[in-house]
Amino acid sequence: MNLLILPVLIPLAASIITLFARRSIALQRSVHVVSSLASLAVSVLLLGRVWSGGIQVLEVGSWPAPFGITFVADLLSALMVSVTAVVSVAVAVTSLGSIDAAREKFGYHGFILVMLAGVNGAFLTGDLFNLYVWFEVLLMASFVLMTLGNERGQLEGGMKYVTLNLMSSALFLAGVGLLYAATGSLNMAELASLVGRPEHSAIVPVVAMMFLVAFGIKAAIFPLFFWLPASYHTPPPVIAALFAGLLTKVGVYALLRVFTLLFHQEAWLTHTTIVVIAGLTMLTGVLGAAAQTDIRRILSFHIISQIGYMILGLGLFSPLAVAGSVFYIVHHIIVKTNLFLVGGVVERLHGTGSLKSLGGLYRSSPLLAGLFLIPALSLAGVPPLSGFWSKFILIKAGLDLEAMLVTGVALLVSLLTLFSMTKIWAEAFWKPLPEGAPVRRSLTTWERWTLLGPIAGLALITIAIGLGAEPVFAAASRAAEQLLDPQGYIQAVLGGRP
Amino acid sequence: MTPLLLYIVFGAFAAAVIAPLLVRWFGDRASAVLAIVPASVVGIVFFMLGPPPDGLLQATIPWIPSLGIDLSFWVDGLSIIFVLLIAGIGTVVLVYAGAYLHDHRDLGRFLTWIMVFMGAMLGLVTSGNLLTLFLFWELTSISSYFLIGFLHDDAASRKSALQALLITGAGGLSLLAGFILLGSAVGSYELSAILTSGDAFRSSEWYLPGLLLILIGAFTKSAQVPFHFWLPNAMAAPTPVSAYLHSATMVKAGVFMLARLHPVLNGTSEFHVLVGTAGAATMILGAVSAFGQRDLKRLLAYTTVSALGTLVLLLGIGTETAVQAAMVFLLAHALYKGALFLTVGIVDHETGTRDVESLGGLWRMMPMTALAATLAALSMAGLPPMLGFIGKELLYEAKLAAPWAPWTITALGVTANILTVAVAALMTLRTFGGASSSVRTAHDPSWQMWGGVALLASLGFAAGMAADLVATHIVGPATTAIRGERVETSLGLWHGVNPVLLLSLATLASGAALYALHRPIRRMTAGWRPWKAERAYDAALAGMLASARKQTLWLQSGQISTYLALTLLATLLLVGLPILAFWPQLSMVVAMDLALLPTVIAGMMAIAAFLAVRAKTSLGSIIALGVVGYGIAVLFLLYSAPDLAMTQFAVETLSVVLLMLVVAKLPEFRQMGSRSTRLWQAGLAGAGGALMTLLVLFVTAEPARMTLATFYGEASYALANGRNIVNVILVDFRGLDTLGEITVLGIAALGAVALLRLVVDKEDGR
Repeated sequence: MNLLILPVLIPLAASIITLFARRSIALQRSVHVVSSLASLAVSVLLLGRVWSGGIQVLEVGSWPAPFGITFVADLLSALMVSVTAVVSVAVAVTSLGSIDAAREKFGYHGFILVMLAGVNGAFLTGDLFNLYVWFEVLLMASFVLMTLGNERGQLEGGMKYVTLNLMSSALFLAGVGLLYAATGSLNMAELASLVGRPEHSAIVPVVAMMFLVAFGIKAAIFPLFFWLPASYHTPPPVIAALFAGLLTKVGVYALLRVFTLLFHQEAWLTHTTIVVIAGLTMLTGVLGAAAQTDIRRILSFHIISQIGYMILGLGLFSPLAVAGSVFYIVHHIIVKTNLFLVGGVVERLHGTGSLKSLGGLYRSSPLLAGLFLIPALSLAGVPPLSGFWSKFILIKAGLDLEAMLVTGVALLVSLLTLFSMTKIWAEAFWKPLPEGAPVRRSLTTWERWTLLGPIAGLALITIAIGLGAEPVFAAASRAAEQLLDPQGYIQAVLGGRP
Repeated sequence: MTPLLLYIVFGAFAAAVIAPLLVRWFGDRASAVLAIVPASVVGIVFFMLGPPPDGLLQATIPWIPSLGIDLSFWVDGLSIIFVLLIAGIGTVVLVYAGAYLHDHRDLGRFLTWIMVFMGAMLGLVTSGNLLTLFLFWELTSISSYFLIGFLHDDAASRKSALQALLITGAGGLSLLAGFILLGSAVGSYELSAILTSGDAFRSSEWYLPGLLLILIGAFTKSAQVPFHFWLPNAMAAPTPVSAYLHSATMVKAGVFMLARLHPVLNGTSEFHVLVGTAGAATMILGAVSAFGQRDLKRLLAYTTVSALGTLVLLLGIGTETAVQAAMVFLLAHALYKGALFLTVGIVDHETGTRDVESLGGLWRMMPMTALAATLAALSMAGLPPMLGFIGKELLYEAKLAAPWAPWTITALGVTANILTVAVAALMTLRTFGGASSSVRTAHDPSWQMWGGVALLASLGFAAGMAADLVATHIVGPATTAIRGERVETSLGLWHGVNPVLLLSLATLASGAALYALHRPIRRMTAGWRPWKAERAYDAALAGMLASARKQTLWLQSGQISTYLALTLLATLLLVGLPILAFWPQLSMVVAMDLALLPTVIAGMMAIAAFLAVRAKTSLGSIIALGVVGYGIAVLFLLYSAPDLAMTQFAVETLSVVLLMLVVAKLPEFRQMGSRSTRLWQAGLAGAGGALMTLLVLFVTAEPARMTLATFYGEASYALANGRNIVNVILVDFRGLDTLGEITVLGIAALGAVALLRLVVDKEDGR
């Protein structure tokens, strides 16, 4: 059986079920958790199949490529879908203990599921316009989730979020239109075989830049990241955790896809630009974090900074560098979601995420403190956790290519990341609780299991990726090999056809 | 051998995990129970590995072979001397800590971190792979952070912990880059390959950058000028930590690194100059700064800085004698300094103060401690028959025979040693000797505390007496390992009357004289800071934070109009770049082929768009936008897409009607922003429009490729049974797109419902 459509179909079907179960929150919750687990199982199966059997292709509606819509799973897609499934299980469980009944009644679970369908669709589609459609799906679902609850901050953040992301959509659509006008195709494999033609040599890099901006907004690169710090601290923490893990990574995925498959002819221009942007993204992001005093705001700016690392590998464009990007994405999704989940527990305990009103958590919640340290130190790149290997691979790739400046920036940013993580640690965990700070509450048993359980699970994965880096690196390298060999992709989709 | 090696490194980590449990079971005695781990490591080294061989033990466990990173062990004479220090002093410190932190509520955590540190340190010195070595190196920095910040209720502790972490962390990153360069030059991260690579690194173009990066790593860790300042500040940690990490072991990791990589780094003038200068500067600065301190811990910390400088200087000189001197001094220093730090801990514990000026006459109250401390101080002052004496003799010998600037080096060395002698005297005579001070109630602590001091001090004595055993079994193999060739070592207390002995005597005499005059001189030098490195650190940190705030205010202003403008500007720049680069080719294809009717309609749309912007009321601009939309529909008609045109008309009409209904409830337009802002935004928007126009001209110049259209035309009825091609595309060929778009609409509708009706109860929510 062809598994490719299931990572989209399962959450979509589940969301429809929740739609018909508006009155029964219990049923919605079970559908959410069960379907997330099912997606996880399917994703892992898919990953295994891609690993052993090469790139998997599904022609939707049996219309042959390039005429219908094609779903394609190479190793990168399969990895992305699998990691998405992992964090979506964590988020599903956390939702059980943290989302209020009002939001659930108005469709919280269904919105999350639709968003996941959109994310997976984006990872799996092999059609440029269809990618746009999945982007719209996840944008609309995420916008609704962002504003669900109508709190003042949510609406304000949501407006900025949706406005700037619609600008991205417009540019994306324009880019698709331009590319279609020039080449007459939307199928990515066919596009890949067409863009190299001499008559397109001048226009393709121009269109490439349109895509860089469009996906760059999604990925929150410099100087297009404004929507992210404006909005990620406003929705309930578990929603922010899901966003933090996945949304920008869809943008990064799209950049990785098009700048390896389609736009690599003029790498001296496009990929050098990406390297420059990567450096600026790392730096502005980490400095932005240094200026913040609220846990979620600090973490939000760090997303930006780490997007810089991810696209740095793409920009450097060597097999090792691209493998570094892939490794970094996998590590980052797990760790970043987890940090937001920890931030959520802190907010639940103290009613605030502001470092000024926090303190004493090392004594009052030693377990949480330990669970914070693992992703925090991983994010800062402390060995042997997952973040160290991602950083190491990229830095090695940079030094191999003698890209000294940007490698230096990457190292400096890593130090500043450590600075930020210790700031949270020192202020929220070490410092005594300040006088007059809001009274601390404690977690119920249900909350302990549903909130701390997923955090512990993700922390274990972080440790596992760190200690078992060999298989992850092997997967990342093979993913990079596939990415750097567009012929393999074209062959898999179009077969012998022209 | 592999299980033993694994035990040496990972035994401590395993113990770290169960440390809190042990505290629950055994209370204070848990630390003594944990001490079994390092004690057994010492036992293994002595009895199972036998006397350190000239050869080495190697083992490799594959870990991440694709990256060239394996869990390799490389245990040679250099490793052994460090393992003995780490495990030996670790045993003493653990036993001591249980009594020192008697009933402390965080004892479990303390023991966990100290065991993590011990494991990391043991891993560091036995690693056979640069990257695993680096891993342990970073772990020592991290555990040091948690130990310096152990008393974390105190803001100063937190600040010092951060400072140490940032300095050593920055050094760590530099070291990582250096290792990568070294690994690339040699082609492996394995020490077995690196240490036998001869001149491969020295002759590569990466030598100088690699050397600099590695040195920064080593210098930050070993508190060399100008990175030294974190070490005295790290004295915020509990005293057992100061004794163990910040005197005996962790700060020597940089020295270890220089020694470990000596065979590949040493031998160039760059190496000698850089390492020698840093070492000499640190040696003299540390000694001078120490003399003026009042706090006993800071006083000792600065002498540690000085000692680290001496070690680095010796490795920078790099001759056989120098390396040998370094190893003897390393051993001697660890023994006496560890003992003296623990002594300060006892004094602090018993009297509640560490201020030299308010202490005195303690020997009557704590004779055992006084005796043990004096023995240690004798070694520090370099008096026979202590190991410190032999160390100092060798040190002078090496400096006198230095291949460059021997006189300057010797002069600096003698000065530093005179100060050290005076400090040793100060430390013991002012604290234990003399008239009793305000302190009346102190007494000897439990044996767990003074016993450790006594043990370390006696070891310094015993090693001096049995110098030859130390030479053959410890110093010789270590020197051999560093030099990369077999070195015969013999040590002895008496070498006859020679220049070195005379220098020693002069040092002692001057040191005694200096002590006699210490009151006025200390008053003069108190607060004297010859280096302002810490200010540079503070300024860098403050500067980083200030620029971070400024940047964030500028970029993340909160104004959505600014965000949109910057996004558009970025688009113009990024898309403009390739247009400029490829302008010659692009300009060739642009051909304006204007037909009359479309041109007229386009003109009308442009006017309508302009009016929409200029409209004074929202109603006006909605109607103007409607005109633009209708224009598009007419264009669709003209280009023979009637069904698209129909859809567009419908959508346009509906939007205008709906928007008018909404707008009726909204407040009227207001002019926001100044004239110049509006002009700049208009310019930006105009440029955006121009860009799109240009892009469309580029892509429409060539005739379109019709493969898809042809297929859909042919297959629509034949294969999909539909006459309306657009419909077939929507529901069949590209049905998945439609599914997605329907989902978007559905979600939008549900979202609107939530937006209108959902009210979250603040108490319930979050």
